[in-house]
Amino acid sequence: MTSQTMTPVQAFERDYAVAQRRANTTWLVGSALFFVAFVATSWLGDFFKVTQVTMSDGSREWMWIIPAGIPRLGEYLYKTLPVLNMDTLGADIAEWFWRWKVWLRLLLETILIAFMATAVGVVGGFILSFPASRNLAPNVWVLWISRRYLEIARTVPELVWALIFVFCFSVGPMAGVLAIGLHATGALGKLYSEVNENIDMRPLEGIKASGGTWFDQIRYGAVPQVLPNVISYTLLRFEINVRASSIIGYVGAGGMGQEIREAMALQEYTDLSAIFLIILVTVVVIDYGSEKLRHRIIGMEAGPQ
Amino acid sequence: MIDDARIQAAMRAHPRAFRDPAPVRARKIVLWVLFVSLFAWCLYDFNFSPARIWEGLGRLGRVLSFMFPPHLWTTWADWSEILKGLGETVSMAFLGTLLGSVFAFPLAFLGAKTINRIFWFRMSVRRGYDVVRAVETLILALIFIRAFGLGPLAGILAIAVSEIGTLSKLFSEALENTSRRPVEGVVASGGDRMQTIRYAIMPQVLPVYLSIVLYNFESNVRSGTILGIVGAGGIGFILSDRISTYQWDQAWTIIFLIIAMVYIIDGLSAKIRTRLIGTWDGAR
Repeated sequence: MTSQTMTPVQAFERDYAVAQRRANTTWLVGSALFFVAFVATSWLGDFFKVTQVTMSDGSREWMWIIPAGIPRLGEYLYKTLPVLNMDTLGADIAEWFWRWKVWLRLLLETILIAFMATAVGVVGGFILSFPASRNLAPNVWVLWISRRYLEIARTVPELVWALIFVFCFSVGPMAGVLAIGLHATGALGKLYSEVNENIDMRPLEGIKASGGTWFDQIRYGAVPQVLPNVISYTLLRFEINVRASSIIGYVGAGGMGQEIREAMALQEYTDLSAIFLIILVTVVVIDYGSEKLRHRIIGMEAGPQ
Repeated sequence: MIDDARIQAAMRAHPRAFRDPAPVRARKIVLWVLFVSLFAWCLYDFNFSPARIWEGLGRLGRVLSFMFPPHLWTTWADWSEILKGLGETVSMAFLGTLLGSVFAFPLAFLGAKTINRIFWFRMSVRRGYDVVRAVETLILALIFIRAFGLGPLAGILAIAVSEIGTLSKLFSEALENTSRRPVEGVVASGGDRMQTIRYAIMPQVLPVYLSIVLYNFESNVRSGTILGIVGAGGIGFILSDRISTYQWDQAWTIIFLIIAMVYIIDGLSAKIRTRLIGTWDGAR
């Protein structure tokens, strides 16, 4: 029986059965692959590890690691909480933040590292984004080299660059600036070049037709089109860089992170919660401010004519 | 004919078309001066002296020279250690994202305007997501290491907790961006609230959820590397060990292997995305 002799209902039934079978096979194969991936990763990641724990009556028992660790997690977090009494609140808070002078200076350093790293990342990323965009690169080699450079710069995390730069430029905020700056160059260069690839090419053709060089085309044709997006991405990156610079001191590259490491090593539990609170408040405040600023800039673009 | 004289005449006739008004110019100058002086002060404060930069560049050159020829391990024992590290990093990202999305799935409903109509409740849930997101994964890893010991499990839990915040936010935004029309259809044919969510909203958001989860998985593979530096397992642990013992040749090979792994993961997840979601982008 060919499809010409089938009634429309029969044809539908046949096609529906085929589609249903295919969907079922895809679902089965997908679930099987997912299950295999789950088993393999939980084996590699020690997810179902069984560990010995001491019970309250002193006996040892085997237990799955996650319920075994949660009480320890609670204990640890409880130790980091400061003792605050209602009647001696001022003195207790003063004791909690006893190193506030050092922390305030390190907080300023953290923000300045993020600021400088953003500046480094913007300059590097902005310059490299033009040779790294498919429509603007002067030739294929320049495109290939600048894209690979940006990829390597952003795939290697800040902390790894920081380890390398701490070795080269010694301990201090300079290594942090270079590490976060290099990573930001890679990340921003990619975002900027995506913006560049979506621009209108006609202004550039006009400049080329009136005798402009490649630089003239970029400067007067491309830059005015991409600038609002570039500013918006830059502010977003500043937020990310503040987060990064708050922990980069852990490997010795300046900022608040060195205090985290010290407090952990010296088991100053309440210091940890104080540092943590300072970082959290800073990040939230900076995120909020930069969001307001971004909305204002976007508003200015779309604003009154 | 356009010559200089005519351009000069035009500039005199319409000065505002050729330069910004004075307040705008003043603001620009002030902002630039502020920026440059802050930058210069930072250079001074962070001790960016030319001698230090020169010396550092010399050392950086030596470190970079270990990149070629790349170090290749000759025994299977060495290779298996590295491959296990890479596998652990992928596992941390996979299980962390999976656990995070399992918890974020129900939480997202509470933060979506289309589901949770109680204003203060929705807003407090959303601030909750923001607080969780503001906590750095590395700090979470440090905390989990104390409770669960060194190893990839601490990394899995750290990624999972921070993903709960991120994914809940993204999922609830996806829930808010759904079309009203299927909902109206289900309501018109007598569906209750659960049926509306099941038959009108879920089919719209599931492909978006899947795409978000895949993107976050990719980004966690990248960021999972750093968790090893504080002891949470994976390739980062091996890398920081090689760097702290100055075995730069091995460190570079590990870095290149990380880059290759990220490439492969990105490619695979792009394949899965087109396979499951396709290039179809919503009803028109």
